[in-house]
Amino acid sequence: MSAAAKAYFGRRYQLSASHRLHTDSLSAEENREAYGKCNNPHGHGHNYVVEVLVGGDVDPETGMVVNLAVLDEAVGKHVVGRFDHRNLNLDPVFRDQVPTTENLCTVLFSLIQDALPVGRLERVRVEETENNFFECYGSRRDRG
Amino acid sequence: MIFLTRRATFSASHYYWNELWPAEKNQHVFGRCANRNGHGHNYTLEVTVAGEPDAVTGFVVDLKWLKEVMEREVLAAYDHRHLNLEVEEFAAGKLIPTTENIAISAWKRLQPSIDAAGGAHLSRVRVYETPEIFAEYRGGQ
Repeated sequence: MSAAAKAYFGRRYQLSASHRLHTDSLSAEENREAYGKCNNPHGHGHNYVVEVLVGGDVDPETGMVVNLAVLDEAVGKHVVGRFDHRNLNLDPVFRDQVPTTENLCTVLFSLIQDALPVGRLERVRVEETENNFFECYGSRRDRG
Repeated sequence: MIFLTRRATFSASHYYWNELWPAEKNQHVFGRCANRNGHGHNYTLEVTVAGEPDAVTGFVVDLKWLKEVMEREVLAAYDHRHLNLEVEEFAAGKLIPTTENIAISAWKRLQPSIDAAGGAHLSRVRVYETPEIFAEYRGGQ
């Protein structure tokens, strides 16, 4: 087995959820102006793709940065299980922030970082549609 | 600096097994991937090189040349092969052909030819095992 080299492991998850972009700090008209169709009162949904990139040393015993099954379990429990087939606006984390995909990306980064069993969370990309995506990168701070 | 990426696909079989572990531990850690009859994937190899465009051609590298290097150094060895049994770096339990190790091994196969050509340098190798699972290596430790 070769000595540990740093590599990256990427995994894509899908979650379908609804949301409405609306903030109480703007008037009804200002909300419509800012968010357009996304401000429609009954919300709408997306098939989000969440791409997780984990960096770390390749374990010489397993050949892995992170075991796929362990990563799937963590992301399944803390992200997919929590948001898939749900209304994002009703989740407590969006009580005080608009569930834009920017904010969703930041929320998911934090949740996955806390749940990550091994390695360092390098990047979370959230694709809202095939034509737009948002990325959140970890700080330079190293994790164990 | 421009980053240029070329994709290629190869199909191969593999299984995960650490010869130093008892069978039970292999099955526990690697799950279905530990089936010693192997299984297969359609892999996608993504090779990114970085450099400045040539003043005359406007190329960082000639894509046709990069394609040939990928075919000669990686696909000729990996495509339609059983990685554990037929590929030197993985054979006889030397290295488990995880996606991470395939990315690192492909890098090692590609780097000498790309370095020898001068100009652009190898920046990243990404290997997709499925459209939802990939590993990448950026060199170094």
